[in-house]
Amino acid sequence: MVELERPGMNGLSVIDLCTRGRGPYSLHIAPGECISLRGDSGSGKSLLLRAIADLDPHDGQVLLDGVACAQFTAPQWRKQVALLPAESHWWKDEVGAHFSGEECPWFETLGFSAETMHWQVSRLSSGEKQRLALARILMNTPRVLLLDEPTASLDAGNAAAVETLIGEYRRDTGAAVLWVSHDARQAARVGDRHLQLSTTTLIEGAP
Amino acid sequence: MITLNALDLALAAGLVLTMAALSWRMQLGLSGQLLIAGMRTVVQLLLIGLVLKALFANVDLLWVAGISLVMLLAAGREVMARQQRRFTGWWGFGMGTGAMFISSFAITVLALTTMVATDPWYDPQYAVPLLGMLLGNTMSGIALALDRLTSTAWQQRAVIEQRLMLGATRLQAIAEIRRDAMRSGMMPIINAMAAAGLVSLPGMMTGQILAGSPPLEAVKYQILIMFLISAGTGFGVTAALWLGSKRLFDERHRLRLDKLTGPRNG
Repeated sequence: MVELERPGMNGLSVIDLCTRGRGPYSLHIAPGECISLRGDSGSGKSLLLRAIADLDPHDGQVLLDGVACAQFTAPQWRKQVALLPAESHWWKDEVGAHFSGEECPWFETLGFSAETMHWQVSRLSSGEKQRLALARILMNTPRVLLLDEPTASLDAGNAAAVETLIGEYRRDTGAAVLWVSHDARQAARVGDRHLQLSTTTLIEGAP
Repeated sequence: MITLNALDLALAAGLVLTMAALSWRMQLGLSGQLLIAGMRTVVQLLLIGLVLKALFANVDLLWVAGISLVMLLAAGREVMARQQRRFTGWWGFGMGTGAMFISSFAITVLALTTMVATDPWYDPQYAVPLLGMLLGNTMSGIALALDRLTSTAWQQRAVIEQRLMLGATRLQAIAEIRRDAMRSGMMPIINAMAAAGLVSLPGMMTGQILAGSPPLEAVKYQILIMFLISAGTGFGVTAALWLGSKRLFDERHRLRLDKLTGPRNG
């Protein structure tokens, strides 16, 4: 039904994706839908996300709104199909140097202010880095979010803020979300559907 | 010009032997290396002396091209040997060698046809030493720059991939690393130009003065050589880094460190 509300949008389709000897995996995320993904450590959750973001060589098809990955240039694809890795990396001294614009509309929800742009990266806590990394990737206004444990180093309050923000973002923009979480309660809260990953397949199930 | 006889060289060799004996007494473990290196100097230089003598006696483009090729391949092997992590397969050798070929040969031919203007332009008395100086310096620059590029890319893979995830192109993702590598490749010749005459008398100029050239003539040659070397190194390093940073990625802008060999042991 969601597709009818958003003409031209079809979400993310993954068909027989194989990467580094794993797979084939197939899944579909409708626009505005959030799928939680769980799996034992080493089951290849991060590898699956990397392959979808086209960071690793892979076989099989990944389509965004029916258009194959290969039809996009790789940088275009990654701006649309955004991967937020478990650990973020920063290469300039100031926070603001990593953002394209002067302002970031998501700072307030995440507990930051305009002043944050001038903070030194070296003095950020791991929790601040994780939230800023989310704000940074949202600046590309992606249509798909691949989130690798986005609240792993956050306290309950900040984790709730991140959950709220991602919820709002996908409602406002119709973004499709694939959310890796170890926390079954979080998976139940944020996910419309729930997938379990093994090295060979994806199984639909309880959170 | 004062020619050296065998006794003069034997006296100098005596100094090296004394040093080797001292090292042996002090258990520095250097005497073997020192003696072998000394013997290599004698044999290699005598051989090249004979080759040059034969070459000067028969001025022939084919012979000059032949020895140039040998020099190029030796320099290419040296660039490859100085890499901690080098590109796998043919690229490990071809990248540095190709870049040196483009820059050193083009600059040498340009210098021989226009600035030095020998007749014929491939006169080995000028062509071989000129090419040798250009190759030697370009080789050091390219070896330093490529080593810096690949080892930094290896260390900073997480940052490079983070930038790719944010939608950077491969060129954007490696831009700073490439700039650093360029700087380390160019630093030796920039330093040499800045210090020339103040801290050190460049070797070629010293040689010409010892051979009896008027100092100002030697200085003019040295300036020419310095400029040629800095341009040659610059073009060579640029070409090698362009090839190298392209080769670190594939056509889908993925960082492909599997195209590098593991770290060299020892």
